[in-house]
Amino acid sequence: MRKLIFGLFIAFLPALGLAAGVGVPLDHIKTDHTDKASLQRGAAMFTNYCMGCHSMEYARYKRVADDLEIPVDLFEENLIFTGAQIGELMKNSMNKDMAADWFGAPPPDLTLESRLRGESWVYSYLRGFYKDDSRPLGVNNVVFDKVGMPHVLVDLQGLCAVEPNIGKKASVEPLSGNINNSSACPEYATEGSMTGAEFDRAMYDLTNFMSYMADPIKVERESLGIFVLIFVAIFFVFAYLLNREYWKDVH
Amino acid sequence: MQKLLNWVDERLPVVDAWNKHLAKYYAPKNFNVWYFFGSLAMLVLVNQLVTGIWLTMSYNPTGEGAFASVEYIMRDVQWGWLLRYLHSTGASAFFIVVYLHMFRGLMYGSYQKPRELIWLFGMLIYLVLMAEAFMGYLLPWGQMSYWGAQVIVNLFGAIPVIGEDLSLWIRGDYLISGITLNRFFALHVVALPIVLLGLVVLHILALHEVGSNNPDGIEIKKNKDENGIPKDGIPFHPYYSVHDLVGVAVFFFIFFIVVFFFPEMGGLFIEKPNFEPANALKTPAHIAPVWYFTPFYAMLRAVTVDLFGLPAKFWGVVVMGGAIAILFVLPWLDRSPVRSIRYKGWLSRIALTLFAISFVVLGYLGLVPATEGRTTVAQVLTVVYFLYFILMPFYTRMEKTKPVPERVTG
Repeated sequence: MRKLIFGLFIAFLPALGLAAGVGVPLDHIKTDHTDKASLQRGAAMFTNYCMGCHSMEYARYKRVADDLEIPVDLFEENLIFTGAQIGELMKNSMNKDMAADWFGAPPPDLTLESRLRGESWVYSYLRGFYKDDSRPLGVNNVVFDKVGMPHVLVDLQGLCAVEPNIGKKASVEPLSGNINNSSACPEYATEGSMTGAEFDRAMYDLTNFMSYMADPIKVERESLGIFVLIFVAIFFVFAYLLNREYWKDVH
Repeated sequence: MQKLLNWVDERLPVVDAWNKHLAKYYAPKNFNVWYFFGSLAMLVLVNQLVTGIWLTMSYNPTGEGAFASVEYIMRDVQWGWLLRYLHSTGASAFFIVVYLHMFRGLMYGSYQKPRELIWLFGMLIYLVLMAEAFMGYLLPWGQMSYWGAQVIVNLFGAIPVIGEDLSLWIRGDYLISGITLNRFFALHVVALPIVLLGLVVLHILALHEVGSNNPDGIEIKKNKDENGIPKDGIPFHPYYSVHDLVGVAVFFFIFFIVVFFFPEMGGLFIEKPNFEPANALKTPAHIAPVWYFTPFYAMLRAVTVDLFGLPAKFWGVVVMGGAIAILFVLPWLDRSPVRSIRYKGWLSRIALTLFAISFVVLGYLGLVPATEGRTTVAQVLTVVYFLYFILMPFYTRMEKTKPVPERVTG
C-alpha cells in the first residue's frame, strides 16, 4: 500500500517542479482574502482611482458587496459611479476606440490581471512609477518599461525622482542607522499626501482586492477542500479495510 | 427481483455479460501498483464526460462570448468553478494516468502476442485523446488557447503541396477565428467523445478476450485447475473492484488537492496567458503547449536542418508524427522470448530507462524557451527516443533473458 501511495505521488510530481521565470525583480507579497477591511479599502481605492479607465467586466458589484460585507445601499452610494444597478457587471463608460487613441492601447480589463501577471507583479508595478521626462506622460515604470499608463496615484504617492527600489531588500546604513528602502521610493520630485509606508499599505490593499477579484471563490474553495480531503481520507480507511478483508482469501 | 432479472436475461444477456467481464473474469492475482491506472483512466473519463456536459450548459461557443462565458461559469454559475476545475485538472490527470498506464505496458510487455490489438486500440485512444485535449484547450479562448492552436494548426502547413490548403481547411479561416472555435467545439463535445467511448469499449473487449497480462508476463491460462479456472487467477469482481477502490481513494486525495488548492498548478494545468482573452494582434512572448504535449513539441523544435530541399519545419513535423506513429508498431519490434522487464536482460532495462528519461526531459525542454544548449540536448534525446524503438528488434534478441517461472510470483 505504501508503494501505491508513493507511486501516485510521484505520478503528480513532475507537475510541481516548474514555474515560469520572471524577468524583472519584484517585491513579493502574500495576499489575504479573509482580511475584509483590507479588501474594502482596496475596493474603494479601485473604484475611485482605477475604474475611470479600467473595467472589471467579468465580475458583478453585488458579489463584491456580499463577499466584502459592504451593505448594498452604502455600496451603491459610494462605490458605483456609473449609475449601474448593483446586479450588473462592473463595466465603465470609457470608449475603447477613443482610449486607444489617447494611450496607444485601450486600458485592459483588470478582473483577471493578478492571475495573468501575478500578485507580486501588480504590487510592484503600482509602486514602480518614477519621473522620466523622455516619456510622453512624463513617467516611466521600473516593472513595465515604457508603460502607456499615466501615474494616476501621483497625488497620493508623490512623484518619485529616481527609479524606485523594487525587488531590493531593505538595508540599514551602518553609520547613520537610516533604513534604506523602507518604502520603494528613496527621493521624491513632488511630495504626495501619503507617506511611503502609507502608500505601500494602500497598494497592498489594492493588490489584495485585485487578487480577490481574480479569484473570488478562493477562500470558500480552500475551506471546502479541507472537508473534501477529510471525506476522501475516511473513505480510504473503509476502502482499505474492505480490500484487506477480501484479499485474506487470496494470500 | 429475481423474476425481473430472469425476464430481462431471457431477452438480453445481462447475467452473461456480468460474468464474462466482472464476476468470472479471471485476472492474475499478482497485479501491482501499476495496474491501477487503467481503471483510473476510466474514472477520469467519466469525470470529464459528466463535468463536460454541465460546462456545455453554460458555455458560449463564439469568438465574442467564449472567454466571458468561462468567467461567467467561474463566478455566476452555482458550483461552476468546481465543474471547471474538475474538468481542467481532469484533462491533465487523464494524461498522467494514461502515460503511466502506457509505461506499465512497456515494462511488462503487455503489447506482445496475443495482445497486439489491445495495444493498437490503446494507441488509437491516445491519439484521439490528444485531439480531444487540443481542441478542448481552444475553448476558453484565452491567449494561450489561441496561439497554441495557431502554432499547431500551422504545422500542417509544413506539408509540401497540400499543406497550406490543409491548414486552411482545418481552421475554416485564414487564421484561428470564431469559425475554428465553433468546429472545435462540435468535435470536442460530440464527435471525438463518441469515437473515444467506442475505442474504450474495443480496448476492453479485446482485453477480456485474451485476458490480462501481469508483472511476471506469464500466461495464467496455461495453468488451469480441474474446473478450467486459472490457478493464478482471481475473479475481477470482487477482488479487483475493491482493490481499485483503494486506488481511487488515493487518486482522489491527490486530485482534489490540486482542484481545491492549486487549480492552475503553477501555470502548468492552466497557463497564465490564458487569463487574457484571445487577441489575434498580440503574440505572447513565449508560446508553450500544455505539458502533456511538450515532449513532442521539443522534438519538433529539435529539428533545425533543411533536408532534400524541404524546410526543417517539415522534418520537425515528420519527426513529431513519427514519434507517435512508431508506438503503433511496437508489438512487432519486440522479439524477446519473454514479456516482463523482470526477465529481460540488461540491454532492455537500460533501453527502457533511457527512453523514460528522454521522454521526461523532452517534456521539460518543450515547456521552456529554446536556447542553443537546450536544442542540442533535445536533439540527443530525440535520437535516444527513436533508438529505443529502432534497435529493439536487435537488443531484445541479442540479450540473455532470465528463466521465467511457471507460476506468478506474488
